[in-house]
Amino acid sequence: MALLSRKERNLVLDPLTDDNPITIQVLGICSALAITAELRASVVMAISVLAVMAVGNVVISLMRNIMPGKIRIIVQLIVVATLVILVDLILKAFAFELSKQLSVFIGLIITNCIIMGRFEAFALGNNPWHSFLDGIGNAGGYGIILVIVGFFRELLGSGTLFGYKVLGDSIEKTGLYALGYENNGFMVLSPMALIVIGIIIWVQRTRNKELIED
Amino acid sequence: MSKLTDKNSYTIIFSVIMVLVVGSLLAGVAQSLRERITENERFEKQQNILYAMGINDNRGPSDVHFVPTDVVGEKFDTYIKRQLVIQGNDVTEDPEAYLIDVKQEESRAKANADYQRRLPLFIGEKEGKTLYIVPMRGSGLWDAIWGFMAIDENFRVAGVFFDHAGETPGLGANIKERYFMDPFEGEALLDNGTFKGVTVAKGNNDPRNDRKEDHKVDALAGSTITGDGVTAMIKKDVALYIPHIKKLIEEQQ
Repeated sequence: MALLSRKERNLVLDPLTDDNPITIQVLGICSALAITAELRASVVMAISVLAVMAVGNVVISLMRNIMPGKIRIIVQLIVVATLVILVDLILKAFAFELSKQLSVFIGLIITNCIIMGRFEAFALGNNPWHSFLDGIGNAGGYGIILVIVGFFRELLGSGTLFGYKVLGDSIEKTGLYALGYENNGFMVLSPMALIVIGIIIWVQRTRNKELIED
Repeated sequence: MSKLTDKNSYTIIFSVIMVLVVGSLLAGVAQSLRERITENERFEKQQNILYAMGINDNRGPSDVHFVPTDVVGEKFDTYIKRQLVIQGNDVTEDPEAYLIDVKQEESRAKANADYQRRLPLFIGEKEGKTLYIVPMRGSGLWDAIWGFMAIDENFRVAGVFFDHAGETPGLGANIKERYFMDPFEGEALLDNGTFKGVTVAKGNNDPRNDRKEDHKVDALAGSTITGDGVTAMIKKDVALYIPHIKKLIEEQQ
């Protein structure tokens, strides 16, 4: 990546692993628990957050010198909400089917704490290009965890991936189900998402001891 | 020296300008796209009604594909023979009955006891069989749920379509998936002439839905409230239509 300097590269790559917004900063947990019962939903949410996060970070960064400090949180909220409503309207007009699938996720983006967190912690003090990279990196880190959790929950909970029956048919008892395998219904419920995220955090901190807090 | 951006007057001016900019931006975009959006919503209603009566573009056993928007108007006119508006004892034909806002009618009837709510009913014909398609509206866990149910002359469900505004993705949101909607087909709505509806039941132990007389379909795991909402919606809205459909069938004979 000759295009990016070392610092810029770290802005994108750090949040993917050692500074992951979900597993290290423990932000954005709410949506990670709520919508990861299916892989497709996880992917859609990851892409939506990526778009809003990158654009929002740039907008906040452009406004950082003229924004009054006293009402900066309100300004940030308005920027996210405006972006989200714009995306929603445009999808409804030009990609109605897609907007039907996304409707819930789009609303959820406004309340995603990672977005507010990055506006506050990064975009307010950095230039638009760096803020853009930071947005991509953090949304990417969020997306990776979402996809990992969605993969395990859909596979073990419903026996499918992206809706395809990869383990056989659970009602007709074909494939793996013929051997007596059963879907774990608990995987579909939100508490299991928390446990899966916990396992990811455990694996990550076992591999990199520096991440362990005293 | 304090910074300019810390002054109260600056803060007020900034927020006024921001509100004006954001407000006019959103209003402008919403206004310019409104026509397209209403058009899309009109198509969607026609697609949903057709889907409930089994006119769709499904290719596999698990996908939900509507009739494409460019032919939906034409198909709607072919398959939907009559659109009725029932108000008390008056039954009138109205080619725009499908545009009646069920939510609005319900809240008007609730606010004003004298108001007779308008009930849209669609009579379709598919493969020589007459189907009565009724709209339903209720509430799920987070937000509204709605749908259409096609009923045949023996008061069995010929097909359903459900949709929702904001149920949990992967859980309650799956009421619009085939594996939830398909088992409704063939379920009996009446038990010896009294309306029973169809209950979304846990512990039904009938995953293939072989029992069509038990007024039950299998619930979705992890979506109890949404499932109960579907049950309640069917009990509440479909029941309103049963006497009218009985009358229409008698008239035909």
